[in-house]
Amino acid sequence: MTEIRCIQVAINEQPQTAEVPTRMLLSDFLRYTVGLTGTHVGCEHGVCGCCTVLLNGDAVRSCLLFAVQADGAEVTTVESLTREGSLHPLQAAFRQEHALQCGFCTAGFLMTLIPFLRENPRPSASEIREAVSGNLCRCTGYVNIIRAVQSYVALSRNSP
Amino acid sequence: MKPAPFTYYDPHTLDEALGLLAVHGDAAKILAGGQSLVPLLNMRLAAPDVIVDINRLPDLDFVTTDNGLRVGALARQAMVERDAAVRDVAPLVTEAIAWVGHRQIRNRGTLVGSLAHADPAAEMPLVFLALDGELHLRRTSGSRRVSAGDFFVHIMTTALDPEEIATEASLPPVPPGSGSAFLEVARRHGDFAVAAIAVVVTIEAGRIRRARVALGGVGPTPLRATRAEERLVDEEPTNELFVEAALAASHDCEPVTDIHGTAEYRRELVRTMVYRGLGRAVVRARTGAAG
Ligand SMILES: Cc1cc2nc3c(=O)[nH]c(=O)nc-3n(C[C@H](O)[C@H](O)[C@H](O)COP(=O)(O)OP(=O)(O)OC[C@H]3O[C@@H](n4cnc5c(N)ncnc54)[C@H](O)[C@@H]3O)c2cc1C
Repeated sequence: MTEIRCIQVAINEQPQTAEVPTRMLLSDFLRYTVGLTGTHVGCEHGVCGCCTVLLNGDAVRSCLLFAVQADGAEVTTVESLTREGSLHPLQAAFRQEHALQCGFCTAGFLMTLIPFLRENPRPSASEIREAVSGNLCRCTGYVNIIRAVQSYVALSRNSP
Repeated sequence: MKPAPFTYYDPHTLDEALGLLAVHGDAAKILAGGQSLVPLLNMRLAAPDVIVDINRLPDLDFVTTDNGLRVGALARQAMVERDAAVRDVAPLVTEAIAWVGHRQIRNRGTLVGSLAHADPAAEMPLVFLALDGELHLRRTSGSRRVSAGDFFVHIMTTALDPEEIATEASLPPVPPGSGSAFLEVARRHGDFAVAAIAVVVTIEAGRIRRARVALGGVGPTPLRATRAEERLVDEEPTNELFVEAALAASHDCEPVTDIHGTAEYRRELVRTMVYRGLGRAVVRARTGAAG
């Protein structure tokens, strides 16, 4: 027996109404119901960080939330970063510094870093490392990821 | 994997939540931050018939610091971590909570949920034991308070009955002249502890009047190293004393050998960390520095 609930969620500022089974994970809801496949699912028990999205502005694991729990909330996914075809400066820095190899973990890194950099716009290298400690990159491309964040920080420092 | 089907309730009042637990008993599981429970559901290590999601309950997301520390069941670990007033009244909590998982986990996970989950290597149970914390438990027919020392019964087993909700965890004010320290060794940042220690000392007229030495990851629950505490009380804080107390602490536990480390290695970690922790705590007690 599968229970169904009707939920209302703002996803990337777009209000959505949907019927969801109560045991459906938010990660599956985003990918299969809404069709936003930028959020990746790696381990499905909270360890890898690939499914990180923002819930009311805070980075959380979407595989550890049920879609029904997002009723009334705002969810922000990696798809929100690119506006009118141009990459977010952090995405551009990832590209510039070769901070993605296979790309599977990238969305989770970006969605972890966006609120971190809002809170701490001038992080040290060790603060950046700690911030991404909950995201696994199995290509082990961490050095370039840290470098990308540093180059983004340097760029945003030079712009007004 | 995906969770097995369950009946989902998200009550909007505490009475409603307690009523559901009274009816469903141990067929129900409380869902708080979900950072321990949902992995278990996804891996089907747990398959409860009923989930009682407490996230919509009102008035439980508080952190107050006017008389000791009080943390409501829906206060997220990140909220406690960021609260500057918590650092003043319970610096040990602030020091240790940064070791709980990662920011994404702490944004959602609750401090009270971490106590209720009672992982033997978890940081918050250890800290609440060291600081003489209490849990406030509610059921339809009443309420009770349980000290941290009585709350942790065995691995992931607590004094909570299936029909009870822990609504709050609290710490008494720390006496003046106190200092504390938390140390942990984990394989990677954000992992559970291979071993961890928390110490609190209160110094009066140059002598240790009160000492708490608590150990995590080296037994089925967090433990008080009582022989180490006894060795410290009424003594002048000296390096030799710390060496002896640390050795006593390493014999106050029965660690196991597992994939993360051998029993001997854990005992050695306890000795080293208690020694260092005492040094730090005494300096902090003397200087009134945070911690
Ligand atoms: C990748 C990862 C790393 C982690 N690393 C650490 C770590 O290093 N250290 C650490 O301590 N933890 C760690 N955790 C666990 C995390 O701290 C959890 O948040 C915490 O253990 C449980 O809190 P919760 O609010 O998420 O509870 P839930 O997962 O919702 O519940 C956990 C258990 O407690 C019960 N429960 C919860 N709240 C109550 C209540 N108010 N009354 C009665 N019962 C209740 C539930 O029924 C359930 O059995 C990690 C988790 C993940 C996913």
